[in-house]
Amino acid sequence: MAFWRIPFDADEIDVSQGTVHFIEERCKGCGYCIAFCPREVLKVSDKFNPKGYHPPMIIKEGECVNCHYCEIICPEFAIFSVEIETDTKESKEKHDGGDTDR
Amino acid sequence: MASVSGKNSQKLDHPLDDLIRTDRIPHIWCSACGIGTVFASCLTAIKGSELDLNNFVMVSGIGCSGRAAGYVKLDSFHTTHGRAIPYATGIKLANKDLNVIVFSGDGDLFAIGGNHFIHAARRNIDMTVICVNNLNYGMTGGQVAATTPYMAKSTTTPSGNPEDPFNLPLMAYASGASYIARWTMLHTRELTETILEALLKKGFSFIEVLSPCPVNYGRRNKEKSFDTMKLYQENTIIKNNADPSELDIDFSRKVILGKFLDVDKPTFSERYEQIYRPEPQ
Repeated sequence: MAFWRIPFDADEIDVSQGTVHFIEERCKGCGYCIAFCPREVLKVSDKFNPKGYHPPMIIKEGECVNCHYCEIICPEFAIFSVEIETDTKESKEKHDGGDTDR
Repeated sequence: MASVSGKNSQKLDHPLDDLIRTDRIPHIWCSACGIGTVFASCLTAIKGSELDLNNFVMVSGIGCSGRAAGYVKLDSFHTTHGRAIPYATGIKLANKDLNVIVFSGDGDLFAIGGNHFIHAARRNIDMTVICVNNLNYGMTGGQVAATTPYMAKSTTTPSGNPEDPFNLPLMAYASGASYIARWTMLHTRELTETILEALLKKGFSFIEVLSPCPVNYGRRNKEKSFDTMKLYQENTIIKNNADPSELDIDFSRKVILGKFLDVDKPTFSERYEQIYRPEPQ
């Protein structure tokens, strides 16, 4: 990650925001969502689900960019992300390209 | 009923819940097994094709991957061992409007069902075959399979496999398939796009998907699930239209992924109609 170049138009791109949702009963603790999250949003939690596995938990609130990779790599249909409607798009249009962080 | 927790703990269903039999989930596949991922990407492709869901039939044989037919909320057949392709051929010939998907494993499709695969490809029957290749017979306890790499350990080859494995894309190519591709379960987005393309493709489409089997193959070869993932990430190269003869799976060299063949040929049904049910003059 540290070696990635920052695109020249990075400040113009409107990055979407998401929240991760879990269906904890289905999780089998393989850890793929945690390992392959590009923003490292997740970690293993201490709690147990009914099958005795540790489901993931969110450690960085608001960092999810709604890329859906956890959703598509999960073999258990146990995690998915949903886009949060932010007002960045509208406010950006109103302010005619005002800078937004993400 | 599954409860959902998250930042906003409102009750939401998984986006694929309308295509799976949720009462049978959690499924039987082991923790870190890749079949679930391949299955999910197949369902995503089915959804993305925007074809009528009533016209899909999923057929699978015996083995871990064979369970997929029981989890999908579409018309599906869980058939006898190795005979997924003959059933699928029958379904296609009985009703040529159906989109037939064969979702099965390497042992079912290429060991006991090897001949059926060859002949369905030769006849160019319009179906999509997704082969989840986990390099061993997972469900029966990790015996050596027709796809186990040379010198890999298994229950029946404790000192290493003396045989050379099948090169599945080469076999499909030689048998006359119309569409051939290979991905790993880590290349999920590419895999979904490929399955979608294969579903819309007329003719025999074959997609091989490499998938980890941490419990049976990985344990005996000192390969944890993340070691397999690292191999998939670092020891693979994407080379579309590669020569099928160089597609052996040997992780000491680079394993080639990509779309290898996409040709248009008349299907069996088309030729049959043309010859035996010609348009009245």
